[in-house]
Amino acid sequence: MKKLFPLAILLASLFGLSSCSNLKAYEKIKLKDAEMELGARTAEKFEQNFQLYREGSSGANGGKSGGGCGCN
Amino acid sequence: MKYISLTLVALYFSIISSFAQTSKRDSVPYEKTKLKFEQADLVNSYYHQDGNNSAVTGGIGTEKLTDFSNTFDLRMSRYGKTGLKHTYNFELGVDTYTSASSDKIDPTTITSPSYSDVRVYPSLSWDIANEQKGHSFGFNVSASAEFDYTSIGGGVHYSKSTADKNTEFDFKLNAFFDTWKVILPVELRAPENYGAGGYLQNDRAPRNSFSAAFSLSQVFGKNFQGLLMFEPAYQQGLLATRYQRVYFKDALNNQPRAELLPEQRVKFPIGARLNYFLGDQVILRTFLRYYSDNWGISSQTAEIETAIKLSPFASVSPFYRYYQQSESDYFATYGQHSLTEEFYSSDYDLSKFNSNYYGAGLRFAPPAGVLGISRISMIELRYGHYTRTNGLNSNILSMNLRFK
Repeated sequence: MKKLFPLAILLASLFGLSSCSNLKAYEKIKLKDAEMELGARTAEKFEQNFQLYREGSSGANGGKSGGGCGCN
Repeated sequence: MKYISLTLVALYFSIISSFAQTSKRDSVPYEKTKLKFEQADLVNSYYHQDGNNSAVTGGIGTEKLTDFSNTFDLRMSRYGKTGLKHTYNFELGVDTYTSASSDKIDPTTITSPSYSDVRVYPSLSWDIANEQKGHSFGFNVSASAEFDYTSIGGGVHYSKSTADKNTEFDFKLNAFFDTWKVILPVELRAPENYGAGGYLQNDRAPRNSFSAAFSLSQVFGKNFQGLLMFEPAYQQGLLATRYQRVYFKDALNNQPRAELLPEQRVKFPIGARLNYFLGDQVILRTFLRYYSDNWGISSQTAEIETAIKLSPFASVSPFYRYYQQSESDYFATYGQHSLTEEFYSSDYDLSKFNSNYYGAGLRFAPPAGVLGISRISMIELRYGHYTRTNGLNSNILSMNLRFK
């Protein structure tokens, strides 16, 4: 859990500072680019699957967190 | 598999043609509209792995495995009388694999039925969105069937965005109710050879999984946005893979037992994505995750992908992912477990290791359609190479065709 702490502080700071940002719709052209999407690419679907099978951890990546198949 | 892929494509075109005359939504608010095709994705992938730590043979032996996976995902929507947008997603997946290690469940046969298998998994979701108020909720159901494993799943979700759409909160609940037909290694099927505890040959064993996902996405600036996700999960039932052998240092005649693991597992993953548009041609996509569970595994994942725009419609995306995990409390290598231990496994997926995964993607989305076919709006190809410090390595090639 100690390793998580700096990451949590960094992310909390970023999300805390977000109130400074108040963009209008026309200012979001770059954010709406298909490759700026905040998720794994559709083409990554099966990459996430084999990682789920071959690694002991899962979840919090938009993929499965367990169940639904004979995987962990 | 070529037949299955062609069938999926044919299914897509038949559905498209049935909606070809759908009228467009006019400017009058709250007018009910007909179901409209939005998008379809066909994803195919070929995966091959090799290694020498097969859990079926106690942590030694070939891990050679080949998997060919396909999904077809169809999205349609309509507006209801009250102005709510209803979106329906239907997905059908078909995977086929061959596994040299699964063939060792019963090595007395030349090629046992467990050498290969097919998995079919349909799912359906329904999302209802109030676009003016910025919130939506929805439901999903899923099923999965393979030779020894069946699953029924369901879930709900709710999301709410701020008026300026710079912040969005999303909450999901999912449950899977799975049944595993227990298969033991051939020499352990007689009760006197069976060992201690756990399910027997041909038992129907439950495995239930529940998860809750909380995510917060935030726009930080004109070219910077991020997402924070926490997804605790709880699993209960048969979590061991009973056809995996474990060998002990103190067993008579080196007699193995079937893998035995606790029937409960609690997982705590937390992940974050940060995407940054650098200048006009480069997008940095990053992912970080920390994971911990009650089996003693903790892991860290860091991933970066750089999408370089060769033109407004084409990009190349090299990527690199680093992963490390600690060893589960229940893992030991071949012949290192003791018969006095309550739980035991020699599955190297639960061992301590680091992995590196790297490759590149190519994406084309020309305005006139791929190869001039207007219905095919995008094609993406990806190749990745995966290596694990305990010797396992694999390659995966994926293709995504998008239809609009």
